Amino acid sequence: MRLTVDHTSTYTYETGVSYALQQVRKRPVSLPSQSILSWDLSIDGARLETSYTDHHGNLVDLVQVDPDASSVTVSVKGEVETHDMSGMMGGHRQLVPLWLYKRPTGLTAPAKGLRALAGKFGSNTAQDVGVLHEVMAEIATHVAYQTNETDSETTAEEALQKGQGVCQDHAHIFISVARLLGFPTRYVSGYLMMTDRIDQDAGHAWAEAWVDGLGWTGFDVSNGICPDARYIQVATGLDYRDAAPIRGMVYGAGAENLVVSIQVQQ
Amino acid sequence: MGESDDVFDEMHGFGEAVRSPYARYSSWFEGATPSALLKKSREARTFFRRTGITFNVYGDVEADERLIPFDLVPRIIGASEWALLVRGIEQRVRAINAFLYDIYHRQEIIRAGRLPEHLIRENDAFLPKMIGFDPPGGIYTHIVGIDLVRTGPNEFFVLEDNARTPSGVSYMLENRETMLKMFPELFAQVPVQRVSGYPMALRRSLERSAPQSSADRPTVAVLTPGIHNSAYFEHAFLADQMGVELVEGHDLRVVDGRVAMRTTQGYEPIDVLYRRVDDDFLDPLNFRPDSMLGVAGIFDVYRAGGITIANAPGTGISDDKAIYSYMPEIVEFYTGQAPLLKNVPTWRCAEPDALAYVLEHLEELVVKEVHGSGGYGMLVGPAASKREIAAFRRKLTAKPANYIAQPTLALSTVPILTKAGLSPRHVDLRPFVLVSPDGVDVTPGGLTRVAMKKGSLVVNSSQGGGTKDTWVLKEG
Repeated sequence: MRLTVDHTSTYTYETGVSYALQQVRKRPVSLPSQSILSWDLSIDGARLETSYTDHHGNLVDLVQVDPDASSVTVSVKGEVETHDMSGMMGGHRQLVPLWLYKRPTGLTAPAKGLRALAGKFGSNTAQDVGVLHEVMAEIATHVAYQTNETDSETTAEEALQKGQGVCQDHAHIFISVARLLGFPTRYVSGYLMMTDRIDQDAGHAWAEAWVDGLGWTGFDVSNGICPDARYIQVATGLDYRDAAPIRGMVYGAGAENLVVSIQVQQ
Repeated sequence: MGESDDVFDEMHGFGEAVRSPYARYSSWFEGATPSALLKKSREARTFFRRTGITFNVYGDVEADERLIPFDLVPRIIGASEWALLVRGIEQRVRAINAFLYDIYHRQEIIRAGRLPEHLIRENDAFLPKMIGFDPPGGIYTHIVGIDLVRTGPNEFFVLEDNARTPSGVSYMLENRETMLKMFPELFAQVPVQRVSGYPMALRRSLERSAPQSSADRPTVAVLTPGIHNSAYFEHAFLADQMGVELVEGHDLRVVDGRVAMRTTQGYEPIDVLYRRVDDDFLDPLNFRPDSMLGVAGIFDVYRAGGITIANAPGTGISDDKAIYSYMPEIVEFYTGQAPLLKNVPTWRCAEPDALAYVLEHLEELVVKEVHGSGGYGMLVGPAASKREIAAFRRKLTAKPANYIAQPTLALSTVPILTKAGLSPRHVDLRPFVLVSPDGVDVTPGGLTRVAMKKGSLVVNSSQGGGTKDTWVLKEG
């Protein structure tokens, strides 16, 4: 499937910025599931400082906001040929050892609620892919998809308690539970073409668990499916903080406001 | 003259006769007047107080800045024994660099079953963000200060590798300076190798470790956490001696894809940063977001090849005391040779058999925290009271994986000058090692720390230890 992406993020600042850096992870790489045909990243109100590949294999651009800028716009336009892998996204290509993906992180560390949820799946379930499908279904019954109830710093445990959240929260809960069950699991940020619309509400996020014999296997809790040809992977990591499209550090600005427009279509 | 027959004295060996490295010093000493020497000793104190080498002792509120005792009887090492040491140090430092490269790449040593995975997995100093990155010149530990102890003529043991941020080199330089001022005639009689070239050697070594894209004359700077850090004096001293800028995090920012420092002529890019700020605090964008000491974005510039950070982030993993216990395997795995320097036999209390042994022999052993340093939180069995041992036993039983134990070594002694004349005290030795793409360079000298209390084996300055000048003799 050939998908085109047009994604613009605009940050506006109440007062001028004296010094601000942004780490941008918005450039996908070609994988068995996707070939990048073209991809352009442009920045307005800021400039590219340097670029590199991080330990998860993500392309990272470090960007500095222009002095006294009142807004910054990061736009990507690209075309990607995707392939349906039936959710099996391939082998492990990075040097990061698989055990690292079992580590609890700031956003995925389990407390009582997540432990109880994981407890429903028994203890001897490691490496049975069937249980991961059950985990995905179970999370959906506990946490309804609802925007504006959580934010990018909400932890998996908090979202579970709340019973509401977005794809990021679903992915974090899945990661936390799958890790408790012994699966190396990672966070994926990217795009999903919802077939009923062109304008997407937000970038998408899902999870991948490592299953022996199958490799990295994707689970999109928010949609109750494994990724198919409508998905584009942009960045991966232990949780949102590793794979976030933009992470910033701002000195000397007042309130910050973000407007996002995303179009994904065939 | 030695403390007892079991203890090797650097001046007198196991007997009474003066060992050859001390021959000339000894004849000079015979001719000196004890009262004049004691007077010199008091002068040395004044000298140090004026130059300001002090050391903040943690947990000692009264003595915020306290003078480290200096003893004016030097520790003397002969040319041939030094050559032996240097070969062992070079081998060990090369192995540590190969180990760090491997741990942040394919982890062959774990795949080969020579190092248990959990030692890396559970190690807080392991820095995932370093995975897959090749530091400029392939060097992780530009500056190393290996702690050695001696128990016999050819018996040297490594106590700690200190591959993270070894301190104390300013004492090596200042101690020598003081000795030269006080006893110029002595240096005319004894052929002592110079240590004064260290700052320029350090600068050259750092320059040679610059990223390939750097200019012909790379810009070096020293990053300090600031004046409240216990080693601030050393940071300022080294920057001054090297003739480079001393900077703090707020002096630096990202400019044109580089890390640059504020100068009167605008921002100047830095090629090599000798940082004395810990990994966690190095970059609020990539590590602890609340750090005020670091430079946002420096790690991005580093991974993009725009700066050398010395020592590399993530090197602390090789300082872990559980990793230490595998150093013989590590040296053999990467160099294909048997280790030239000995490791102290180490019981890893995480292992049930080892723990059982340690609990039964607490009064003979030294027990240390796996991640500890500075002599804090350790038990020296033979010197501890019954109550101290009982208290430590409870701590050890509660968290065995937190501890390792080692036999109490009969550390060599060197005499110190007391009112009653010379009297032996236990010492260790920290030589300073520089690593660059040109090779490994060990400065002929080092920091000799001495336990000023008679019979004490704890030489740490935070526990009341002092220092001595360290002489390495020229050939012949």
